[in-house]
Amino acid sequence: MSTGPHDPPRPGLPSGPRRRGVIAALLSALLVGLLVSLASPAQASDTPDGNVVRGVLQNTADNNAPVEGVTITVTSQDGQEYADTSDAAGEFLIEVPGEGGPVTIELDMDTLPEGVTLREEGQNVRKVVLLPNQEMPVLFAMGPDTRDVETKWDRLPGLVYSGLLFGLVLSLAALGLSMIFGTTGLTNFAHGELVGLGALLAYFLSVPMGIPFLLAVPLVVVIAMALGWAQDRGLWRPLRRRGTSLIAMMIITIGMQLALRYLYQFLTDGQRLNYQDYLTPPPHDFFGLFTYTSRDIAIIVVSVLVVVGVILALSFTRLGRATRAVSDNPALAASTGINVDRVISVVWIIGAGLAALSGVFLGFVQGVTYDIGQLVLLLLFAAVVAGGLGSVWGALIGSLLIGVLLDVSTLFVDAEVKNAGALLLLVLILLIRPQGLLGRKERIG
Amino acid sequence: MDLLTTPLHDMFGPVTLSYVFLAMGLNIHYGYTGLLNFGQAAFAAVGAYTLAVSVASFDIPFVLAILLGVLAAVLLGLLMGIPTLRLRADYLAIVTIAVAESCRLIFSTQWKSHFHARDGVRGFVGGFRDLNPLPDYEGRVLSYNRNDLWVMIVGWALVALVCLLVWLLMRSPWGRVLKGIREDENAVRSLGKNVYSYKMQALVFGGVIGAFGGFIGALGNASVVPDDYNTDVTFVALTMLILGGAARVMSPVVGAMLFWGLFSFMGVLLDDVMSSNQITMIRWILVGVALMLLMIFRPQGIFGDKKELALDAR
Repeated sequence: MSTGPHDPPRPGLPSGPRRRGVIAALLSALLVGLLVSLASPAQASDTPDGNVVRGVLQNTADNNAPVEGVTITVTSQDGQEYADTSDAAGEFLIEVPGEGGPVTIELDMDTLPEGVTLREEGQNVRKVVLLPNQEMPVLFAMGPDTRDVETKWDRLPGLVYSGLLFGLVLSLAALGLSMIFGTTGLTNFAHGELVGLGALLAYFLSVPMGIPFLLAVPLVVVIAMALGWAQDRGLWRPLRRRGTSLIAMMIITIGMQLALRYLYQFLTDGQRLNYQDYLTPPPHDFFGLFTYTSRDIAIIVVSVLVVVGVILALSFTRLGRATRAVSDNPALAASTGINVDRVISVVWIIGAGLAALSGVFLGFVQGVTYDIGQLVLLLLFAAVVAGGLGSVWGALIGSLLIGVLLDVSTLFVDAEVKNAGALLLLVLILLIRPQGLLGRKERIG
Repeated sequence: MDLLTTPLHDMFGPVTLSYVFLAMGLNIHYGYTGLLNFGQAAFAAVGAYTLAVSVASFDIPFVLAILLGVLAAVLLGLLMGIPTLRLRADYLAIVTIAVAESCRLIFSTQWKSHFHARDGVRGFVGGFRDLNPLPDYEGRVLSYNRNDLWVMIVGWALVALVCLLVWLLMRSPWGRVLKGIREDENAVRSLGKNVYSYKMQALVFGGVIGAFGGFIGALGNASVVPDDYNTDVTFVALTMLILGGAARVMSPVVGAMLFWGLFSFMGVLLDDVMSSNQITMIRWILVGVALMLLMIFRPQGIFGDKKELALDAR
């Protein structure tokens, strides 16, 4: 942090009319800590030697009302005492001259107003070590702990909503993965890198190149589609012609995944990037159950339109029927006059476009990182296998299932390991119903 | 001069050695049985963590801890194999890569009092180092400290043993069944062999060899850190195997040494031009490209037989 004209102002402790609610109290407590820690180096130049012990007394039993007239005493190492009494806003501030060192901070229990109690017995005395010129925030909690007033089940609707949203975005990529598998038999371990491509392209087009985000998104999809076509044409088609085995092709996708991921890392310098537009849209409340944003709505509408469009096209257009025929049996499809190579080309084009679109949306939630593809690959596999490899409806349902399962599982396990839940589901599904929910049995053996 | 001595130094060092074991394990899976295991890192991780935590947290004697590590690798093999080995090859690939990532996730976030999150586990090598009779080695060209040297002597001796074992096994009827499964599963099944059981044995056997890679790596580093077992580790071992040529007893050894020599050579070569971070990324990009090119143009690697490896998953 620099000292200069842009120094943060001396923190104004929260005052004025108290906002109601637990969150407000929590936020302000956080804010105080943050501001205090931000301001401390600047503070250092004002008071060249000496420490400051400060804090705000609030009573959660009385709607976070400030507690006035409580005496706090700081006893330094050499027995000197410094004291202050909380004012009408509940604030106290004690200056302790010297180079810091171990001190005892004591709240005088006798000065507590009638009916106000500390949350825990014996919490009125603290022993801390002050660093030179440190400003030390001290919290004396009063009244019952209201922070956990929100129960697990209150969070459920919000988690289901965020899970569905994530699953929907995931399903875009899963659809492509499943279609490519269906028509070529190839499990594409580099599919996540197509997702990463979408996020990175959206960032580079919109932020450094300044193309408006809404224009950049279709551009990203078109570029990705072109690259999908090129990938099939330049790599996979020649390999298919040569009769390269699927296992060899899978290892090639692994090599591609490795090369692309580190290429992305090279290009982004390993930084986590963020889009500039639509990054923090205002939240709206949905009947008190969860909050949504206009960005969510846009993502949902676009995703649903695209997913339904692809599924309908597969069912009702000529090319869609041809695609399903190739999935069923490429040799038979070819013998009925279907141009198998052309169908596979189209599947690669659409699959790459879908994956990139999914990446653009994921970039909002996860940030644009080089390893976004590696992060989603596991989830994509879990989704596609759960739904049934090669089935498009399965890919959609599997993705939604995985999305909801992951987010809801955070009620019971650490958010850090929630992805392991997807694996558990993957293994369970393979044990119980290896073809997945909607897959066909003859595909798996 | 560093340009040659550093790679030469690294080619025999503990890191290469641990990769030799990983690649030898993959050779059983992919080379001989045709199983696509993308989670070899998990076997190394589970072996290394079991060894480290047993000694560091529970004061279990070193040899017993190694045995526990082997047991853990066997259990992991069963966990990966039971749901997938009856299915087509890609299911095993998907599940193994997922299990490997989950293992890393669990080691880096759970039971922090034993696994110590990203700091990793330390303080477990004493029992191994106490057995070390060697002094530091200062040669004219290469120098190793006595700890590395001890790991290397034990490790390379084990490599020789495993090579001999693999050579004998693959000449045995058991090995011929594995190769038969690789070539045509249904033909083997029609001869009355229990393909599922043989595949499971191969998966567990190769996994245990991989766990020894974990032991050697842990003893060489004197620490076990979750990020040392990410999926890239598996892919490097796979690249080494394919570089050497799958389904040959010595090829993982030669592949790993050659790979690590080249990897190290590039690092020294680029040292003046770029930051170490950039070198790392460039080298990894090249590893990926090399793996692709090898698979496209020379899937049999240096020593392999192209006809022997006409595998197909479908």
